[in-house]
Amino acid sequence: MEKLNNEAILNLIQEAFPNDVLFHEEPYGLLTIEVTATKGHEIIEWLKNHEVLSVNYLTNIAGVHYPEDAGREYAVVYQLHSWKNQTRLRLKCYLSKDALSIASLVDVFAGANWMERETYDFFGIDFLGHPDLRRILNEDSMDYFPMRKEYHLEDATREDKDDRYFGRNNL
Amino acid sequence: MSELKTKEAFAQSSETIDGNIATINFGPTHPSTHGIFQNVLKVDGEKIISSEQTVGYIHRAFEKLSERRPYNQITPITDRLNYCSSPINNMGWEMTVEKLIGAEIPKRVQYMRVIIMELARIADHLICNSVIGVDAGALTSFFYPFTEREKIYELYEEICGARLTTNIGRIGGFERDFTPAFHTKLQSFLKTFPKAFEEFDSMLARNRIFMDRTKGAGPISAERALAYSFSGPNLRATGVDYDVRAMHPYSSYEDFDFIIPVGVNGDTYDRFMVRQEEIRQSIRIIEQAYNNLPEGSYKADLPDFYLPAKADVYNNMEALIYHFKIVMGETEIPPGEVYHSVEGGNGELGFYLISDGGRTPYRLQFRRPCFIYYQAYPEMISGMSISDAVLTLSSMNVIAGELDA
Repeated sequence: MEKLNNEAILNLIQEAFPNDVLFHEEPYGLLTIEVTATKGHEIIEWLKNHEVLSVNYLTNIAGVHYPEDAGREYAVVYQLHSWKNQTRLRLKCYLSKDALSIASLVDVFAGANWMERETYDFFGIDFLGHPDLRRILNEDSMDYFPMRKEYHLEDATREDKDDRYFGRNNL
Repeated sequence: MSELKTKEAFAQSSETIDGNIATINFGPTHPSTHGIFQNVLKVDGEKIISSEQTVGYIHRAFEKLSERRPYNQITPITDRLNYCSSPINNMGWEMTVEKLIGAEIPKRVQYMRVIIMELARIADHLICNSVIGVDAGALTSFFYPFTEREKIYELYEEICGARLTTNIGRIGGFERDFTPAFHTKLQSFLKTFPKAFEEFDSMLARNRIFMDRTKGAGPISAERALAYSFSGPNLRATGVDYDVRAMHPYSSYEDFDFIIPVGVNGDTYDRFMVRQEEIRQSIRIIEQAYNNLPEGSYKADLPDFYLPAKADVYNNMEALIYHFKIVMGETEIPPGEVYHSVEGGNGELGFYLISDGGRTPYRLQFRRPCFIYYQAYPEMISGMSISDAVLTLSSMNVIAGELDA
């Protein structure tokens, strides 16, 4: 079987969802597509069942926090893998901090269960339709989401150290 | 006293086996969990009806920590993921950074890495398989391979001085070339290991008791395993030959001839057999890499990341500047987004790294195979007996460090 390249994959997706591919790029050869957050679930399901694309493997789900990007503070990044085409695919959905929810993928990939719980645990992103959305690695009674950028790793009130020499200072 | 009596009465009532459901805590510190994680089992007699997992007991916030550390200081964090095969984690991370900065890595370094990573795979699989033996009641098979594992640890020691949490290698290569002692030890290991390994294999692989205990214990179908994003030996035991080394070769794996073994039923016995065969294949890979070890440098030319020789630091101003920048964590990394994965001991170990051009990652996520496949455990042990659940757990090779990050 002929393997599809990134361009062909992108074309197929754009044909099927002309209004939902918001941005695309290829960092280090990995096709990265930003899609409408509300359509994320539908697109991934379509990718999985597509005969030629056959995106059969969910590699992982990651949350990212961009506090300065107003209206799109959070990203949910899906890394997918099509074994037939021997290629990876990255799908991004941006969410606003005021509407921090996205459809759960558990009905498409059972393995999304814990990956989404982890993303919820650390970023507070609500996965609608998830069967059991609880904290997973952190303690249940915790009342904040620690991977958000506003929580500094070290005590933010300390004044005896000059953070400039250890990396990021402005967050 | 009265309190004691109540407790006793409670214990008796919850252990009645005439169709009543009892709740049993399997873990968090049960010896056969081989790590700290809890399973609350609902059992009807010996039969498991359902189970609920609690993980996160040793969560150490690696992803958060990484956001405040220069790139070379993240390597020791990766040690603590799957600590049975830390060199694979270390090198996976180093390769991720090298991919991000677009570094050219000498062929010799790639082959040296393959040798170390395959040694780590052997050590990892040896522990897992010998522990399956222990949980099936065979303690002898646990002690046998430890002599051999010790030799692998001595080989690590020759390279980096450490044994368990290795922090082996550097971004750009190795801290030093293979020493003469390493060559001697590796050659003798390659000579003696296959024989010792077959001895270990003969204790379990065709052992009637072991086979009766492990066949059919904790099976999973290929479809379910894929839905759960299984990878590594656990996936291959179901008959799916997905291996990152073959699908997306890194560090020159395409140069070597090896077989990816698969199982049929996806049960404990198949997982055991797949790991056994992988050990044999690893030896083949090491032999190929070692016999064809290319000439050249043991490090890439990456002055921004690779510490200069000490003599140069004292005599050469540029080297001093680089030394200072690296030690103080002042190396700027180009902005970018990269995903790199290696075939770890347990499966696809991935690093998803977003750099905003600062000195630390903006976001680093570890794809930890353990964490992803352990969620299938309740499904796998449902309807099994408790002793099968123990075997399933050890044969899945759930490592607490990797599970909890």
